[in-house]
Amino acid sequence: MTRYASRIASLAAALGLWQLLTSRDVDLWLRFSQFPTVTDVARAFAGRLTGPDYWTDLTDSLTRILTGFLLAAVLGVAAGVLVARSRLAGDLLGPLLEVVRPIPAIALVPVAILLFPSNEQGIVFITFTAAFFPVLVSTRHAVRALTPVWEEAVRTMGGGRWRILGSVVLPGALPGVFGGLSVGIGVSWICVISAEMISGQYGVGYRTWQDYTVVDYPGVFVGMVTIGVLGWLTSTAVELLGRRLTRWLPRTSYVPGGRTPRRVRGAASGIPASPTTKENVPHDQLV
Amino acid sequence: MTSSSDVRSPARTGAGLALRGAVLGRPGAPVLDGVDLQVAPGEILTVVGSSGCGKSTLLRTLAGLLPPLAGEVTQDAGPLTGPAADRALIFQEDALLPWRTLRANVELPLAIKGLPRSERRAQAESWLTRVGLAEQSRQLPHRVSGGQRQRAQLARALAGAPRAVLMDEPFGALDAQTRAGMQDLLVEVLHGTGATVVFVTHDVDEALFLGDRVALLGAGRLLAVRDVPRPRERAAHDDPARIALRRDVLTSLGS
Repeated sequence: MTRYASRIASLAAALGLWQLLTSRDVDLWLRFSQFPTVTDVARAFAGRLTGPDYWTDLTDSLTRILTGFLLAAVLGVAAGVLVARSRLAGDLLGPLLEVVRPIPAIALVPVAILLFPSNEQGIVFITFTAAFFPVLVSTRHAVRALTPVWEEAVRTMGGGRWRILGSVVLPGALPGVFGGLSVGIGVSWICVISAEMISGQYGVGYRTWQDYTVVDYPGVFVGMVTIGVLGWLTSTAVELLGRRLTRWLPRTSYVPGGRTPRRVRGAASGIPASPTTKENVPHDQLV
Repeated sequence: MTSSSDVRSPARTGAGLALRGAVLGRPGAPVLDGVDLQVAPGEILTVVGSSGCGKSTLLRTLAGLLPPLAGEVTQDAGPLTGPAADRALIFQEDALLPWRTLRANVELPLAIKGLPRSERRAQAESWLTRVGLAEQSRQLPHRVSGGQRQRAQLARALAGAPRAVLMDEPFGALDAQTRAGMQDLLVEVLHGTGATVVFVTHDVDEALFLGDRVALLGAGRLLAVRDVPRPRERAAHDDPARIALRRDVLTSLGS
């Protein structure tokens, strides 16, 4: 409970500082006189929420990012596994991917405009490219780092290539894959917003840029807050899904700052600060 | 333990394994040279030698994970070409898939065989009960002790009804007391399976307790294969013949 309190307090303090600096029109090298105040932004926000465009923008941006990100997740994992597991695929795809990888996804806007019949697909393409490489690279590393005995064990049970892929490679690489997905969702947001600013119709990035061109600064801030909240929600969703799917990972019983391990909840509600649970103690009734 | 009888199939016989003039190791780095060894169906052959002498290489070759560099490796007179479900391998440690519960690990070889879910679940529970892990069957491997993990590995290997079980220092990481208990358990659960066992260890006493015969590895070759008097009898450790053999083994291993 105290943790939630401190999180809220930190947000409230930031907003308070913002309000203070802007309402007093502080001009100390950094100039806050042109800045909209928190109340200006809140008023603009309330106005937008009741209007029709805000929700269209929101669903458009979400559709674009989810399509691009899901494509990147599936193809990134597939390509990462392929490159890590097959020498032929590594030789054929490796150099190509390494050359394309350093190009910032947003620099692919001209390519997207040339390639795709509509802006919509171009934006999805850019979002996809942004998330694809972090997922690919972390999958490749995770697959290469798998413990060899897992695979040998399944092979000596008579398991074939697909069994090894499904029972060893994919589940074993999952912790690493989720590292890539977490990075990927963040980069995806950067790129979907930038792409919308450049070439979009509707979308949070497009709206934010429109507001800027008509000097509607509170509107710009509404857009920024929206992006921030959406980014936070989606990366939290990825994080939670990752934790859920990798619950088998041995976690240390020591948690910094007196945090209780997640699994203790409910099981040991009377002693919330206990660093280890009964389940953590190895069973010693051997032989 | 009423269900234990249905997982045994006493009619099954162990595999006969043989190496003839075999050179073993990774390409470009042979570890063992000129190995001639016959493992009779149903026998327990223990392999001793100091670390790095090629014990694991021998086992991996028999498992089919490592092809011989020269010579031939056969199973029941046919060539041994690759890993197969009828030769199970048990590793020293941490070969259980950590994201699967103990039961799901034991179910894996049965799933590979294509058994329906309910049947493999029942068989897995039965095997876990036989190795004394009925209570822990829903636990993840890292939540149980090292000894329990090795028991689960034993259950997983035997659940697939292999005709040969290849064991690579399976109790090497356990403390002495746990280890003795595991040896007894191994003898007990192997009984009736008819499986041939090749058991690699660096512990001479373990080799002499478990093995019908003991193979000695050293200096890049197979030094000798000796018959063990009164195998798997705890009381036989002070048998004069056993003491003489133990002294011989230690001498030829140069320790």
